Amino acid sequence: MAEPILEIAGLVKRFGGLTATDHLSLDVRPGEIHALIGPNGAGKSTLIGQLVGEIAPDAGTVRFLGQDVTRASVPARVKMGLGRSFQIVQLLDEETALANVALAVQAHAGHSFRFWRRADRDERLLAPARALLDQVDFPEPRRAARVADMSAGERKVLELAMVLAGAPRLLLLDEPMAGLGASESIRMTDTLRALKGGPAMLLVEHDMDAVFALADRITVLVYGRAIATGTAAEIRANPAVQEAYLAEEGA
Amino acid sequence: MREKIALAILFAAAVALPFLMRALDLPGGTGVATSILCLAFAASSLNLIIGHGGMISFGHAAYYGIGAYTVGILWEHFRQQEPIFGLIPGTDQLLITLPAAMLMAGLAAAVIGALSLRTSGVQFIMITLAFAQMLFFLFVGLKAYGGDDGMTIRRRNAVPGLDLRDIDQLYWLVLGVLCAWLFLQWRIVGSRFGRVLEGIRQNERRMRAIGISPYPYKLAAFVIAGMGAGAAGALMANYMRFVSPDIMSWQKSGEIMVVVILGGIGTLLGPVLGAIALQGLEFFLGGLTEHWAIILGPILVVVVLFGRGGIMALVNRLLGVRRG
Ligand SMILES: Nc1ncnc2c1ncn2[C@@H]1O[C@H](COP(=O)(O)OP(=O)(O)O)[C@@H](O)[C@H]1O
Ligand SMILES: [Mg+2]
Repeated sequence: MAEPILEIAGLVKRFGGLTATDHLSLDVRPGEIHALIGPNGAGKSTLIGQLVGEIAPDAGTVRFLGQDVTRASVPARVKMGLGRSFQIVQLLDEETALANVALAVQAHAGHSFRFWRRADRDERLLAPARALLDQVDFPEPRRAARVADMSAGERKVLELAMVLAGAPRLLLLDEPMAGLGASESIRMTDTLRALKGGPAMLLVEHDMDAVFALADRITVLVYGRAIATGTAAEIRANPAVQEAYLAEEGA
Repeated sequence: MREKIALAILFAAAVALPFLMRALDLPGGTGVATSILCLAFAASSLNLIIGHGGMISFGHAAYYGIGAYTVGILWEHFRQQEPIFGLIPGTDQLLITLPAAMLMAGLAAAVIGALSLRTSGVQFIMITLAFAQMLFFLFVGLKAYGGDDGMTIRRRNAVPGLDLRDIDQLYWLVLGVLCAWLFLQWRIVGSRFGRVLEGIRQNERRMRAIGISPYPYKLAAFVIAGMGAGAAGALMANYMRFVSPDIMSWQKSGEIMVVVILGGIGTLLGPVLGAIALQGLEFFLGGLTEHWAIILGPILVVVVLFGRGGIMALVNRLLGVRRG
């Protein structure tokens, strides 16, 4: 078995008396889509926050590409090849779709201490940005629209294009389907499936159709603890999981 | 297109102003216009960090003042023929004092920015103000350079080929330097660096997530803005032939910020229009009553609350320019 891309060992995060991440260990292997499911408040976003470097864990380690990154800054991890999308999209609201992605391309192209040449007409940024918007199927006529005027679905797709601009080795996706309509969810599922074999993914998602369609392995998180990890079939059959999560979802 | 024509007319009018003042028999007019340009210059530099970088510095007069004092101190040592610390000779050459002013202001901005930019929000506003106040009291205490009373610069700086004792020539010089600065700032705002700065203003979290650490970019912008204010202060010192700690008081910082807000945050020419409007209002209201500040205050509050985009937004609406 190849060395995992991401290895989480004994991770703990407490908010006062609440243990949001409770001695959590899991890994993501090259090329794998590893889904993380669990009820609201299970600690999924808190985990993503620690993996990306926004939240400092109280104990445990995070290894990315074989390196201990537990204390590394967000930009340092991103430069190593970590890409993340937000549960609540984070975009530059006053800019167009194209400008948002072009800036992400620029960030990946090296430092930005360049003070003279116009960036908004630089084909070295715009051409890759257009290609990324193509890749995620962002509709052509909407590319000049400002984020503030976009639908929730368009924003989610745009954010994915920005993440991909960093040529990530690992994607941390926090509920990419949240707020999408049924057809948009299916399109997003297709887009993610098309990425398979490229970056590995840790996929946090409530949409079970998407999870079962995409995931190689699934980990179930309850109260910050991983109660089970396995294939879709194993997870479906797991009584503890049914009790804690799936039954409730189905209800 | 309309924008370009309006810009050309504005520039032509600015160049012709000294002739107009003479034709209208307003001998003091060109001098007032010179001081307005200096204020506009300082405000433009502040606009780079407030309007494009989202850094609300409430101590920008510190760099304006350091630029002015650089001219004053170099003059004082030139007059006495006595090098600073026995090492650096004084000078009255603008081609030296102006870069020196930018250097000193830039250094101060580098130190203050490096510390202040570790904070954000209200804390950042307060800490920039506190550093500016520290410098203010430092210069109040510097008795060698006039302390509280300030110092007089007997003669304006020399520039080869020009005679700055002639107010018209000084005015054109200031206009030229300001235009050069605005052009530079326009390039910076449109560059990759400018895109990053704009991104930081809109969403720092997003910038980190694409791999950009905001701090070095913010610091670089803060230093550039400090250098601009230093140049503005150097020119102002030449116009007034006088420097005192008042030039770096918190009231002056407030005035510079008001000019930015009044003119239109994040616009290239907003600070210029803001400076003209503020001086105009002060002059006009000052003619009506000695308590003009009581009227000016509410006007500014109304602009801040309701006049989104300041004067520049109004101008754009008049010109039919739509802003993306
Ligand atoms: N910054 C915080 N301060 C205190 N409690 C928090 C904070 N962030 C999250 N929590 C709590 O931690 C738990 C896990 O939250 P979260 O990771 O957002 O869950 P999920 O994404 O699985 O819905 C919740 O009970 C939440 O209220
Ligand atoms: Mg969440």
